[in-house]
Amino acid sequence: MNLFRLAWAHLKVGSMNEAQYRVNFFIQIFQSALALGTGLIGLWLVFNQTSDLAGWSAPELLAVMGVHIIMGGVIQTIIQPNMARLMGDVHRGTLDYALTKPADSQLLVSIREVHIWSLVDVVTGIVLLGVAVTKMTRGVGWIDSLGFAAALVLGAVMIYCFWLILTTTAFRVVRVENILELFQGIYQAGRWPVGIYPLWMRGSLTFLIPVAFAVTVPAESLTSRLSTGTFMVAVVFTAALVVVTRIVWRIGLRYYSGASS
Amino acid sequence: MTALARLYVGWARIAILEQFQYRVANYFYMIGMVAEPVIYLVVWSTVARQSGGSVGGFAPADLAAYYIVWTLVRNMNIVLTPFAWEQRIKEGELSAELLRPVHPIHRDLAYFGGWKFVVIIMWLPIAVVLTLVFRPALDPTWLEIGFFSIALWGGFFVRFFALWALGLVTLWTTRVSALFNLYFTAELLLSGRLVPLSLMPGWAQSLANFLPFQWAFQFPIEVLIGRRTTSEIWFGLGMQVLWTVVALGLTALLWKRGTRRFAAVGG
Repeated sequence: MNLFRLAWAHLKVGSMNEAQYRVNFFIQIFQSALALGTGLIGLWLVFNQTSDLAGWSAPELLAVMGVHIIMGGVIQTIIQPNMARLMGDVHRGTLDYALTKPADSQLLVSIREVHIWSLVDVVTGIVLLGVAVTKMTRGVGWIDSLGFAAALVLGAVMIYCFWLILTTTAFRVVRVENILELFQGIYQAGRWPVGIYPLWMRGSLTFLIPVAFAVTVPAESLTSRLSTGTFMVAVVFTAALVVVTRIVWRIGLRYYSGASS
Repeated sequence: MTALARLYVGWARIAILEQFQYRVANYFYMIGMVAEPVIYLVVWSTVARQSGGSVGGFAPADLAAYYIVWTLVRNMNIVLTPFAWEQRIKEGELSAELLRPVHPIHRDLAYFGGWKFVVIIMWLPIAVVLTLVFRPALDPTWLEIGFFSIALWGGFFVRFFALWALGLVTLWTTRVSALFNLYFTAELLLSGRLVPLSLMPGWAQSLANFLPFQWAFQFPIEVLIGRRTTSEIWFGLGMQVLWTVVALGLTALLWKRGTRRFAAVGG
């Protein structure tokens, strides 16, 4: 319970900090609009040429895009800013300040930053998803919706774990911006259902970088494509990833000696 | 003139040595960049296969050729981002540049030009892997390769000067991100980066004809994959020269006006 209160307090302070920069809000709206426009044009160009893409209709792909934007918004709001700060702290040696606090260090480094304006993307995605669902010929049952919500949460947890593992292991080799760049490039693959990619890519997009679990699986649930088997794999994989992340974090801390010492 | 040439060689060498040191970082960047064309390639190959083998005159193997050459052209197209100007002004770097006897554009041009040699060498293994995976229909003649190596640098010059001019807008206002992002979105859509322009509706193609974007991007690609006749290639090279001159003129104008009204931060 204490942990939740701590997380909540951090999130509140983080949001209040960001909320001072109002112009950023309008910049974010403009950027989200541009990104949305580009995405829609991409879809429109595809469906100018064909009536379905690997079995997905236009409204269904719109739903995939909606999920992709929602998840992207979540990543930009909370996951990526914290990981960027963590990497920066390691470089500057200021991570010591977080580690000497009497709370769980993994939790602390995961909630210190909130970019609330990126929630614009979450809202955009939800609206897009709503539009897509009304256009789908087959309705969305409540089991599908529940599965969707659960898959979305699992997906977000997996992306978080992936990021933390990457951050705790890769910062010795490369610079922060390069990792961000690489991830953002690969995350774009989630705009389309992973089923269209060749097998080896599908594999890495599922288990190496869990874009498939984060975007395609929730979208599959929404379009009544999700099998119980896939869902169970997602649950098990998430649980395993959470444990592995915890272990990697612990090992990382053991080898961390601070820049000043 | 020889002094300036020596400066160019010196700056280019600095860039090459510096960027070779950061080869892992460069590779991360380049691999992240490969994700984008691979996604387009997979999507459009799927569309092509579904619509009877080709789309807009592109079979999957042609698309593979297009998007693999895309990766080289895109890397050659990376020039000084207009966003860099904000930092140059904020940190006072521009004030120092203004004191030098040489126009600052020379150093940027030499530095990015030198960097490109590193990029081309590092790109080769990526091209090999992509070729093995996606099996492109790529069989250029020596003449096409010759034209391509000119058009590749032509594209670099077009984009370098266009973005340098765009960046100078920062001398008037620092609220530039909306303008820049708008520019990049238009470029993404109308340069052939998202899809070959022949897959766009006719009006978009005519719009693209009045803009510089495709001459820096789609034109060099199509030279190498053999989709341009010799006369079209000469025309394209001419367009590259034209747009370079236009961008240069714009740069000179904005520079003259802008530095006159520029007041350094902290100065």
